[in-house]
Amino acid sequence: MNNESEIALQDYRQQSDAVRDRFDRLKQRPVTLEVKALNKVFNTSKGPVTALKNINFKTHKREFVCVIGPSGCGKSTLIRILAGLETPSSGEMLLNGEAVHGPCSDRGMVFQGYTLFPWLTVKRNVMFGLLQSGHGRQAAEEQALQWIELVGLAKFADVYPRQLSGGMKQRVAIARALANQPKILLMDEPFGALDPQTRQKMQSYLLDIWQNIDVTILFITHDLDEAIYLADRILVLKAHPGEVQEVIEVPVPQPRSPQQFLSAEFLATKRRLEELIHPPNEGEAFSTENLNMVRMVHVNDEVPSVF
Amino acid sequence: MSAVKLFAVRKTLDAKPRLTVSLLSFALPIALWCIVSYVPFIWHPMMEIEQPGSVSYFKEAMLVEKKLFDEEKASALENNLEVPTGVRANPIYLPAPHEVISAFYTSFTTEPRRRSEKWLHESLWDSIQVIFWGFVLSSIIGVPLGILAGTYDFFSRLFEPFIEFFRYLPAPAFGALAVAILGIYQAPKIAIIFIGTFFQQVLVIANTTRKLDNSLLEAAQTLGAKNKSLLFRVVVPGVLPDLYRDMRILLGWAWTYLIVAELIGTSSGITWFITQQARYKNFDNVFAAIIMIGIIGLTFDLLLSTLGKRLFPWQKPEAKI
Repeated sequence: MNNESEIALQDYRQQSDAVRDRFDRLKQRPVTLEVKALNKVFNTSKGPVTALKNINFKTHKREFVCVIGPSGCGKSTLIRILAGLETPSSGEMLLNGEAVHGPCSDRGMVFQGYTLFPWLTVKRNVMFGLLQSGHGRQAAEEQALQWIELVGLAKFADVYPRQLSGGMKQRVAIARALANQPKILLMDEPFGALDPQTRQKMQSYLLDIWQNIDVTILFITHDLDEAIYLADRILVLKAHPGEVQEVIEVPVPQPRSPQQFLSAEFLATKRRLEELIHPPNEGEAFSTENLNMVRMVHVNDEVPSVF
Repeated sequence: MSAVKLFAVRKTLDAKPRLTVSLLSFALPIALWCIVSYVPFIWHPMMEIEQPGSVSYFKEAMLVEKKLFDEEKASALENNLEVPTGVRANPIYLPAPHEVISAFYTSFTTEPRRRSEKWLHESLWDSIQVIFWGFVLSSIIGVPLGILAGTYDFFSRLFEPFIEFFRYLPAPAFGALAVAILGIYQAPKIAIIFIGTFFQQVLVIANTTRKLDNSLLEAAQTLGAKNKSLLFRVVVPGVLPDLYRDMRILLGWAWTYLIVAELIGTSSGITWFITQQARYKNFDNVFAAIIMIGIIGLTFDLLLSTLGKRLFPWQKPEAKI
């Protein structure tokens, strides 16, 4: 990194009084999810590979936690274990103090690939979980329409998923997961496949929903800006093996707005995340200096140099 | 329309040339048939006798090989005898298109030679019934087994190894057995269609079921779906369009077993009609009957395809089902 051109930034741990006060109150809230000494070892043909090692953390009621880390840090494995789609090698998960095993509607999940049921209309997709949990058809339909209204898709209640854009599909997926009123909403890079504008809109949408609904969110992303913009706290994982490296309390005041992207707290947090995710010495194996660059432009070319 | 546009890789043609090319797909073989039938100097290896002349064994309207005709003609000329005359003709087994077209009508109106024999429409109806029952019985058992095997590894291991073995046994090989067990009438024929379809069906449908996107099952689980509702609310509706497409292909295979099936026991149906007409050397009727099988098969397939579009409105319109 070039230190001369770097702007002097405050420490990311420096919090304003209001922010500190909010975190104090947040930590007083009941714990929604507690992960204790979670390990995951995959047995591969080359021997056991530790994907997750001794993961411990807590999320509080209505807290927004982002999980971030370099590729291969096992963040997807972590969220799949939390959803019950994979079994941990050891350790336990407590939801409102009770151990949970296997998938269940108390932990909703939003996948990157939308995973809407293509044979069901938007309304029927949202009704799916409600019908599974024993609601009558009429009650399920009424509730489903409310959730669809909440994500702003009332006009599309009777269309099939293939007729929707990516952002709309993901809104349906969120409505479908929320309709079950899960205690925690797990989101696995939900906006990763969206274009930047849609992504930005979806982030604001999600914050609106989160502020108005009683739900705790655990959100996986590899986008640093997204993590800082959305999260109360960020769980930073490191790779090989996947371990918790640091839990960052985001000093950016709530409620969030896109204007804060250039605020001092935001940039300070981002610099810290950069340090953690892309440590200065890690890039050596793939630095430009090691690339064997040969000039492939003709000397007499119209544009001999890009500078 | 430039060649570049006509031969673009993986691009759909415009509506008009697309239709034209599709029609060509039928027009070309028919044109080839017309050329061979109507252009006298192409092929035509036989001579149809007009005047037998001095050749004792020649008769009017008799077909002889051209070489033989030429030899007899040459020897008649040499001996100053009456010269036979004739026109070039195709063998009897290749009727001209117009003959086959008229056979389409006449084969339905021709009365059977013996009172015990059936009219063509009765024979066709027999065939369709054999196909129908063979396929329906196979599907009633095969589709659920296939879905189970594609969903649960337990059933996959329980059924598939044996079925995998059994499907290599050619269905006609069971002909004699089927007759011994089921008699000589429709039952053994239905059994052959069943054997020919069933084992493929289970494996094909199991594979289709396995191709269902696993993330849909995971999503359903996080929404609270458990074993039974996973099967009936996710797996079954999820594979239904693909399953329907498989069934259409399998129905085509069932038709290919029809001819063998109908030769078992007492010959019946369209096969009986074809063999009978071939025996009488009515090859125009034989051709008409063979083409009818094609037309019935294709019509049925198009009907099912149209029905499929209505049954599965959530499918992408461009995905061909």
